[in-house]
Amino acid sequence: MKKSLQDALIDEHFRSAAAQLLFQLADDDFILSYRGSEWLGLAPHIEEDVAFSSISQDTMGHAAMFYGLLEELGEGSADTLAHARPAEERKNAILLEKVNGPGTYLIEPQYDWAFTVVRNYFYTAGKKVKIDSLKSSSYQPLSEAAVKVNMELFYHLLHWKTWFSQLMKAGGEARKRMEKAAEEVFQELGGIFSLGEKGEIMNSLGLISGEEGLKSAWITMMKPVFQELQYNMPSQFLMMSGDGRNGEHTEDLQTALNTLSEVYRLDRSASW
Amino acid sequence: MLIALHSVKDPEIDSISIIELGMLEEFELREDRAVIKLLPTFMGCPALDIIKKNVELALMKVEGAPPAEVLFIFHPPWTSDRVTDTGRARLKEFGIAPPPRHMTETGEWQADCPYCGSTYTTMENLFGPTACRSILYCKSCRNPFEAMKPISTLM
Repeated sequence: MKKSLQDALIDEHFRSAAAQLLFQLADDDFILSYRGSEWLGLAPHIEEDVAFSSISQDTMGHAAMFYGLLEELGEGSADTLAHARPAEERKNAILLEKVNGPGTYLIEPQYDWAFTVVRNYFYTAGKKVKIDSLKSSSYQPLSEAAVKVNMELFYHLLHWKTWFSQLMKAGGEARKRMEKAAEEVFQELGGIFSLGEKGEIMNSLGLISGEEGLKSAWITMMKPVFQELQYNMPSQFLMMSGDGRNGEHTEDLQTALNTLSEVYRLDRSASW
Repeated sequence: MLIALHSVKDPEIDSISIIELGMLEEFELREDRAVIKLLPTFMGCPALDIIKKNVELALMKVEGAPPAEVLFIFHPPWTSDRVTDTGRARLKEFGIAPPPRHMTETGEWQADCPYCGSTYTTMENLFGPTACRSILYCKSCRNPFEAMKPISTLM
């Protein structure tokens, strides 16, 4: 039996678990689409600039929808949730907040395309696994949102898979840089499967599959791709910098928040 | 009031109305207001706020119409087969191929050239100038063109 918004609002145990999950989903998409937007004008070629911007725009749309669901659950306005929460309240995985590379958008951006491709491909595959599970979530509004996100995700996954396979197949420097990037991403990949302190409650309430289930679905999806590319997946996915679901973050997140909320903080009563 | 809604066009493709795009899910007349439920094509579409405002403005011009309350809902999800036959023709007029009705099992699809009708086309970029469009090229009449992406719950 699925719960509606009205059901959730009178069941605090359920409401707060659903909200925790939504914060993770919203914050993941929000910070990664911000990192994507920093590539605007810097992507390898103009078609990629168009494609990547479009993907980042979709992803920001997903974040906005998840923040909207949080607003309905009484967590505050979507704009405030996106812009005004300090780093220690953010629930995104640390992998997604890491800078694109040395430099900044305005000053000598020496962004790492290999890292970007691997991070986006692995995250998008992880998001697909979660969305598949969320389609049968016990929270009705979330399961409906998942159906919508899934259709757009189809194109994102196709895009990143193409880049990943082509660069891995290219050999030479491309292969070397991709393997280095993959090694780096695997050191934090565990963070995207973490459901945080309330993970078991979320699972027992039927909101989403458990961490292990999500992880093994990811491995099942990725194994044939890695095999074809003769790449050996490490046996463990780590969280070297900590678990973002519990509010642990790096300086990279703080810097990003300072930049992205600058206009919002300037005049909070401005109409957008 | 429905006639007024027909006058609200897609801000980015001004030959097609939001009704022809299949965005209108529910229209309900209550005592003090008209509630209009619309389905966004893509969640991140920046045109949504403009569409909302244009719907409100269009209904304000109808004599005796109550104020409009515009809501965007995502259930049922918008799919590209909601575009009406008139809508498909309007897209073509604008130089955009209507969303293909068929997709292969691997997710590949093709669209005919909206200018000369040829099927001899190639995909240049799945992602186009807006979230809902792709960029293609016609090898027959040598025109670049856009196509509306197929979106379905089977994906």
